[in-house]
Amino acid sequence: MINLTLDFEKPLVELEKRIEELRDFSREKDIDLSEEIATLEKKAEMLRREIFDNLTPWQRVQIARHPRRPTTLDYISLIFDEFIELHGDRAFRDDGAIVGGIASLGGRPVTVVGTQKGRDTKENLARNFGMPHPEGYRKALRLMKQAEKFHRPVVSFVDVVGAYPGVEAEERGQGQIIARNIEEISRLATCIVVVITGEGGSGGALAIGVGDRLLMLENAYFSVISPEGCAAILWKDGSRAQEAADVLKLTAPDMKRLGIVDEVLPEPLGAAHKDREGMARIIKDALIRSIDELSGIPPRRLVERRYARLRRIGEFTVREAAQEEFAEAASAGGDVLRAAGPAGPKGEANR
Amino acid sequence: MPAFKDLFKGKQKYVTVKPTSIQTEQPDGLWSKCTRCGQLTYTRELAHNLLVCHKCGFHFKLSAAQRLAITLDEGSFVEFDSGLVSADPIEFPGYAAKLERTRQATGLEEAVVTGQGTIGGYPVMIGVMDFSFIGASMGSVVGEKVARLFERATRQRVPVVMFCASGGARMQEGVLSLMQMAKTSAACARLSEAGVLYVSVLTNPTTAGVLASFASLGDIIIAEPGALIGFTGQRVIEETIRQKLPPGFQSAEFVLEHGMIDMIVERRDMKKTLASLLALHERRHEAG
Repeated sequence: MINLTLDFEKPLVELEKRIEELRDFSREKDIDLSEEIATLEKKAEMLRREIFDNLTPWQRVQIARHPRRPTTLDYISLIFDEFIELHGDRAFRDDGAIVGGIASLGGRPVTVVGTQKGRDTKENLARNFGMPHPEGYRKALRLMKQAEKFHRPVVSFVDVVGAYPGVEAEERGQGQIIARNIEEISRLATCIVVVITGEGGSGGALAIGVGDRLLMLENAYFSVISPEGCAAILWKDGSRAQEAADVLKLTAPDMKRLGIVDEVLPEPLGAAHKDREGMARIIKDALIRSIDELSGIPPRRLVERRYARLRRIGEFTVREAAQEEFAEAASAGGDVLRAAGPAGPKGEANR
Repeated sequence: MPAFKDLFKGKQKYVTVKPTSIQTEQPDGLWSKCTRCGQLTYTRELAHNLLVCHKCGFHFKLSAAQRLAITLDEGSFVEFDSGLVSADPIEFPGYAAKLERTRQATGLEEAVVTGQGTIGGYPVMIGVMDFSFIGASMGSVVGEKVARLFERATRQRVPVVMFCASGGARMQEGVLSLMQMAKTSAACARLSEAGVLYVSVLTNPTTAGVLASFASLGDIIIAEPGALIGFTGQRVIEETIRQKLPPGFQSAEFVLEHGMIDMIVERRDMKKTLASLLALHERRHEAG
């Protein structure tokens, strides 16, 4: 059985259970307890606010991974008037971890792509837990190119722990396809709106995560490495993921601050899975706003803007260049010992 | 250094010699031991063979300076953007100190050296990644220097040769390092649109975020023999599939067989191969 209650929600769930018991009791015995119930409900409401207004990064990661978190297909059915799913990469196979097709967003034809997690164990096996193989990314790119051809905006939903780490994925060029997708999407001559709905796991997310406008749900995360992976490298202890989530700066507010996403979409109280319709409405509004704004921009300018947007990401300092020593070593002709580098041949290991 | 007689005392079954430092594989003694086959070679001789084992053909890692020295025509190198140094944008624990230590130990400012030079007389924009600098991981500076190199090559219409090596994106810069994949790949797209040649050379090891960005976007992709080339680390794959990986998995030979690269070129043939490719792409009838 999947545990649907997150640890930090337990006090709230217990309180809700007590309210329910009181209600049952009052009904059975026909005693009026409405005052007590109202007090407890008020208390529960306050507790809920207190918990959800003060979520730690790790708690947000847990929410992003919640088994009841709406998936791409859930959002598609709630947001679009019509959706015609299209399949296959035209090269190897149809990857269930990526879905896509043509949809109507309040009358606007759009192409939709997204990673798709399963909603239960059986679905998860078919969807490979939402972890795409190269053919999945190739399918997404095929649909995006089709969107470009027919001048349709692209909406991309990202919720992926990472590209699938398997033997066949490597054999079929996981690294190659991610690079190719990023390169092609960076110059796609139609507007692209990306919505990070849950997990934004590294290169596997970036492969469909480049766009003109990035929207991110309040409790989604976006990271170069999973908190578990980071903890394993940093402290040789994957169980310290909670601390790693703090240091990685992976929350939606962090992304806004770092200039990676344009807009953080607020989630209903208690997170997206507590009110799917409400969440979908918020996303839909933001999509319509973004697309109406971007559709007015000529494709050539869009591509220029997209490049400029990616080009400015990064922080560094500029020092006075002083590396004659290096230049000299590098010009040592064919002599590798003389050219070992400024540190000399005894350069020490650093990792 | 233990006395000779002590080597055979106690429980120690093997004599440890430390002729090469483990990560950089830089010979630092009179004799060098091959990382793969264990062959001991007189270091001078190994250097003469461009740090390739005479016995098994293992290609030792080269420093950026060594690579430039054996690739470019003597005296032709001019470095770009050497003053770009990493900040600590997300105040990651221990990162600032690690950067400082690494700079001291390697004498490098960052994990990639970029510049221009000539190969067999043909001008190139060249980038070389150095694994001894935090595993040649890509943070903001690596991304910026690579993007600037591609942009310069696009403007001047000069071919790019990139010697790649990397453990992936630099975790210590968080999502900013992830986004360098997008920045460098987008810069590749523009170079490609300008019709300028880009040759990517994958050296041991080229993995993760660097493989999944500019390293895989060359018009021509070359690898050195035996180089580890893969997206996901082998330990992670083994944990996922709960099986031992087949020998040779993610080697240069493996990715060649699976159609991911154009060719494997031995170190001693690299310069002339690059020169031939540059010659075949020389612009004879430049328009405008």
